[in-house]
Amino acid sequence: MDRRQFFVASATVAAGGIPNLNIKADSAREPKEFVGVLVDTTRCIGCRSCEVACSEAQKNFVPDTKNDNALEKIRDTSEKQYTVVNRFETAKGAVFVKKNCLHCWQPACAAACLVNAMLKTKEGPVTWNGDKCMGCRFCMISCPFDIPKFEYSGWNPRIMKCTMCYERLQEGKKPACVESCPTDTLMFGRKRELMEIARHRVYGHPDKYVHHIYGENEAGGTGWLYLSAVPFEQIGFRTDLGTTPYPEYTREFLISIPLIEFGVPAFLLALNMLTDRKDEVSDEQKWTEAGVDK
Amino acid sequence: MNTAAVPANEVVRFARFFLQELKPRGKWLTPFNVISIPIIAAGLVILYFRFTQGLGSVTNLSQQYPFGFWIGFDVMTGVALAGGAYVICFVVYVLRLEKYHSILKVTILNGLLAYVFYSGALLLDLGRPWHIINPIIGNSFGYNSVLFLVAWHFLLYTGALFLEFAPTIAEWAHWERLRKFLTSLTLGTVIVGITLSMLHQSGIGAMFLMAKPKIHPLWYSEYIPLLYFVSSIFGGLAMVIFEGTISGKVFSNLIGQKTHHSHDDIILGLGKGAAITMFVYYFFLAFIFMHGEKWKLINTSWGYWYLVEVIGFVLIPCFMFAYGVRNKKFGVIRTAAAMTVLGVILNRQNVCLIAYNWYVVDKYYPSWQEIVVTLMVVFVEVWVFRWIVTRMSVFSKE
Repeated sequence: MDRRQFFVASATVAAGGIPNLNIKADSAREPKEFVGVLVDTTRCIGCRSCEVACSEAQKNFVPDTKNDNALEKIRDTSEKQYTVVNRFETAKGAVFVKKNCLHCWQPACAAACLVNAMLKTKEGPVTWNGDKCMGCRFCMISCPFDIPKFEYSGWNPRIMKCTMCYERLQEGKKPACVESCPTDTLMFGRKRELMEIARHRVYGHPDKYVHHIYGENEAGGTGWLYLSAVPFEQIGFRTDLGTTPYPEYTREFLISIPLIEFGVPAFLLALNMLTDRKDEVSDEQKWTEAGVDK
Repeated sequence: MNTAAVPANEVVRFARFFLQELKPRGKWLTPFNVISIPIIAAGLVILYFRFTQGLGSVTNLSQQYPFGFWIGFDVMTGVALAGGAYVICFVVYVLRLEKYHSILKVTILNGLLAYVFYSGALLLDLGRPWHIINPIIGNSFGYNSVLFLVAWHFLLYTGALFLEFAPTIAEWAHWERLRKFLTSLTLGTVIVGITLSMLHQSGIGAMFLMAKPKIHPLWYSEYIPLLYFVSSIFGGLAMVIFEGTISGKVFSNLIGQKTHHSHDDIILGLGKGAAITMFVYYFFLAFIFMHGEKWKLINTSWGYWYLVEVIGFVLIPCFMFAYGVRNKKFGVIRTAAAMTVLGVILNRQNVCLIAYNWYVVDKYYPSWQEIVVTLMVVFVEVWVFRWIVTRMSVFSKE
C-alpha cells in the first residue's frame, strides 16, 4: 500500500465512521430530480374529484361533493382533508383553485422539526413520520403556507398534511388527485419538465395567463407550480413570502452556535482569572517587596 | 461519588431522614394553601381530560394558533424570567462580586425550579409527549432545527443548575465528602451554564425567525434572538428583585440579620444592572425600528400597542430603575421590577400569540382551563420551593 492508497483508505474509513456523513455512498448515488405537480387553474372546473380521490386514498374524511355546497365559502385544508378546492370570483369569472401542501424545495417544516419527523424525501414529497413526531407543532409555526394541521381531538394526535401520495409514488403510480382529474388541470412530473410546459403555455398564450408561475421561486421554490389567468393574490395565494428558502432565516443563528459554544466559555474563564484577587497586595507591600524605595 | 460505595446503613439513614423531612411543618390553613390546593386539584382534573380526550378538549388552540398560553406563558416567559440564575452566577463566580453571594443559592434554586416546572410544562402541551426522548436518543437528530438546540440546551442547563444547587442538597443530607466534591465542580458548571443560557434564551427567539410572514413587522426582526437574550438578563434581574421582596417578607424568620441589612445594597446593584441592560435593549429596539423604516406602522392600533410595550414597559421602568437607584428609593425600584416582569411577559405574549397571525379574524385567547393549569404549575412550584427553603440552608443565616 503506497501513501496515496493509505490516505484514501483511511479517509474512507473515517468518513464511514461518521453517521449520516457517508460521502462516498452519496456521490455514488444516481442524481435524482424532485417531482411535483403543475396546476393550471384556467382548466379547473371545480368538480372536486381530487378532494374525493385524496381522502379515499389517504383514508380521510370523504366530502359529499354533490350536496355539501362547500364552494360557497373559502375553505382551508384541515386535519380531515389534505386538499380542498376553492372558488374565487374574479374579473375573468369564477376561478377554481386546489389548495394543498406545495412540497417546498427547502421546506421550513422539515427544518423546524427537531426529530426529522417532517422529512423532505429524496423523491420530492415532504412526509410526516408518526413514530418520531412529538407533537410540538413547530412545523405549523414555521410553514409559510400554513399547511400542517394538528388533530386537537384524541389522545394520540397526528400532524395531517398532503404527502403527494408518497406510497403510491413508490409503487410507480401518480398522486391520487392527479389521476382523478378529468380536465388535465393537474400534471405530474419532474419540476424541470413541468417548468418547461408551464413556460410554453404562458409564452404561447400571453393573453390567457398572467406572466408568473407561482412556485417557481416562492419561498425558495416549490414542488407544486400554479398557472393563473388573474394575479395570484386574487385567488388566495400569498405573494409576500419572498424567494428566500425559509430555512435560510435560521442559518446564521445555527452557524453562530458552535462559535458561541467554544468562544464564550474561554472568555468567561479568562474573565474569572482576570478578576482573581487572591494574590492581590496592597500598594505599600508591593513597593517594599520590589525594593523600589531603597 | 458512587452510590454503590455508600454503605447500606447510610442509604437506610437517608431514607428515614427523607421521610421525616417530607412531613409538613407549620400551620396547614394558611391563605396560600387555601387558595392553591383547590386550584391544583382542579388542574389535575383538567389534565386528565387533556390526556384522554386531546388538547382541543381543554384549550382554545387552533390550526391558526398552534402555540397557546402554555407555550407562550409557561415555557417562553418562565424561561426568560428564570434568567436571573445565570446572571447572578456570572456576577458571583466570574466577576467575583462577593456582595451578591447571599442571594446566590436562592436564585439558583428559583432558576432550577423554573426550568423543571415551566419547561416541564412543555410535556402538557406536546401532542405526543412520550416521543420527547426522540431528540435525545436514537437516530432522530434534527441538527438543522433551532428547536433541537433549544431542547438540548434546556436539558443540559437544567442539569447544570442541578449541579450548582447540589452542594446545598448534600449539605442537607449530611454528605460532607460529596458536598466538597460537588462544590469543586461549581466554576466549570457555571461557565457551561452561562453559555447554555445565552444560546437557548436567544434560541427561543430564533424559533420565530421562520414565522416571518406571520408576525407583525413591528415585532419581527432578524435580531429577535439578540432581543430575547438581552431581555432575559433584565427580566431575570427584575425577577430576582421581585422574588427577593416576597421571600424577604414570607421567609423573614429564615434570613439572618446581616443578610437582611445587606439586601438593600444588593437591590441597588441589581437595579443598576437592570437599568443599564434595559437601556441597551431599548437602544436595540430603536435601532431596529429606524433601520427597518417602520415609521409608517406606528400610527395604527398595532403601533399604539407596540408603544405600550416599548415605552410603558421598557423605557419607563428603565428610568424608574435609574431614578430609584440614584435616590435610594426602594419602592420605586420594586415597582419598576414588577413592571419589567410584566413587560417581559407582554413581549413574549405579543411575539408568540398576540401579534402572531395578527391578520387572522378568529383571535386566540386562553381558555379558563389553560389558565387554571398554568396557575397549578406556578403553585406546585411554590410548594416545592417552600418545602426546600424550610429544610435546606438556602437563605443565608448570618
